[in-house]
Amino acid sequence: MASELRENIPTFEQSNDAQSNEVGVSNMSALTNMSFARNGWEALIIIGVAVAVIGGLELFLRWQNVPKYTFPLPSDVGSALWNKWDLFQPHLIATLKVLFSGYLIGAAIGIMLAALVTQFPFAEKIITPYILLLVTTPMIALVPLLVQKMGFGMAPRVIAVSLAVGPMVMINSATGFRRTDLAKIALARSYGATTLQIFTKVRFPLALPMIIVGLMVGAIFGMLTAVGAEIVGSSEGLGNRLMFYSSRIQMDNFWAIIVLLATMGILIYVFFYWVGKRWASWQA
Amino acid sequence: MVEDGRPVSIKIDHVSKIYRTGSGGVHALDDLTADIAEGEFVCILGPSGCGKSTLLWGMSGLHDLSAGQVVLNGTPVTGLRPEIGMIFQEANLLPWRNLADNIRFPFEIKKIDPKPYQGRIDSLLNEVGLAGFENKMPRELSGGMQQRASIVRCLSYDPSVILMDEPFGALDAFTRDEMNLLIQKIWMETKKTIAFVTHNVTEAIFLADRVFVLSPRPGRLAKVYRIDLPRPRTIEQTFTPEFIDMMLEIKAQIQHGGGTALRST
Repeated sequence: MASELRENIPTFEQSNDAQSNEVGVSNMSALTNMSFARNGWEALIIIGVAVAVIGGLELFLRWQNVPKYTFPLPSDVGSALWNKWDLFQPHLIATLKVLFSGYLIGAAIGIMLAALVTQFPFAEKIITPYILLLVTTPMIALVPLLVQKMGFGMAPRVIAVSLAVGPMVMINSATGFRRTDLAKIALARSYGATTLQIFTKVRFPLALPMIIVGLMVGAIFGMLTAVGAEIVGSSEGLGNRLMFYSSRIQMDNFWAIIVLLATMGILIYVFFYWVGKRWASWQA
Repeated sequence: MVEDGRPVSIKIDHVSKIYRTGSGGVHALDDLTADIAEGEFVCILGPSGCGKSTLLWGMSGLHDLSAGQVVLNGTPVTGLRPEIGMIFQEANLLPWRNLADNIRFPFEIKKIDPKPYQGRIDSLLNEVGLAGFENKMPRELSGGMQQRASIVRCLSYDPSVILMDEPFGALDAFTRDEMNLLIQKIWMETKKTIAFVTHNVTEAIFLADRVFVLSPRPGRLAKVYRIDLPRPRTIEQTFTPEFIDMMLEIKAQIQHGGGTALRST
């Protein structure tokens, strides 16, 4: 019977549930616990191991006389990056352009949709299957189709990236927006907060950690889609270069591109790790 | 009715509340009438589910009533009133803001410049023993500290009426005593009108000028007890025979609607 009374009275036990973390695609806590060295010693060891791995690989390849078209020497990859930077740079910029524009469009739509849809549970039920469909279908598959319609310009790739980013951001943000802490909303209302103020001062900050997770997962998916789309249907970009260099068996250049892509991925991760530390550390 | 010649601050006028649910209605409050004088400390006490929180939320203007009205300082409460401050069951601090920003929260919502209030906030923080903790995040504070911070947050903008909904229910007994002493001290200094919902009889007698005992659902005003113990009251006083007699009488009223006492002697 007591539970019936809760229809209108905010009950404060519920706020505890809001703290619990849903486990799934969205939970990246295992990844976000990574941190760099605590002191000079640790840093020295970390760098030492990295040098040993790369140097060891170099020595092993030289000793075994592995042909360069199978696996280039790390030093060759390094010198390719250094000496042929002018060749790679325009393609790096092309990829970043597609990634950024697609990401901005997708992430903005994703967050807005999540904020909107979580207000109306029924709308959420209607829309969720389509979002799941978008999440699970590789958006690269759309690129050849879009290229047929729109040509080899940026547009098909931007569309593919935003379709890959949007749903990822949306699903995670929606999880965040669904954490309605009734006690905190009641608190804001007791000061006379408007719906907009409740959104900006309570619901949004409460959802922010999940939004950041969504933005990070979305950025990584966006990068994968951008490169994939370039492999499938583009005359520029790092993905296109991968195809180009591997078809010419220029493995040093090929690996230089892979190093660039890996660096991009790590930078994305580090950036969001920093954002999470700065804006969502209260949840730890 | 005017208490001791003091003007009425809150007039609870034939208030009823029925919650609509899937399986019909739940009658939470039934035709409840009472007055609270300006500067009076009233504790609302009753068995679980008797509608005491419903009454408080009705007084706050956050929830509608089914019938009757609450009149605050001469005007019926139809929505939020700036002269009301609320303190909740849990400290209810925003975990993403530090202590100082949490106290600034009402000012942001009300779009008031907190600068002129800063001296007041600082002296309140000092009084509750939180000076120097301004940059701490809520998770770095103990439960009692969090609830003290929420009291500062409520008092910071100087509301004339404070509604408290079982504010110390989640605290341990020692912290609760400490908070009760603090609330008494603040009340004696500021003379705010306070309506305090609790299910703890000792706490109610310790704090109140008058204790309103509600009947089981639907909540009616079963009995009003005037507590004439001198102030400031001490925790030791709660163990005097006089205090315990009063406690037993109120307990009996809650459990049996008056009638049989619980005394074993």
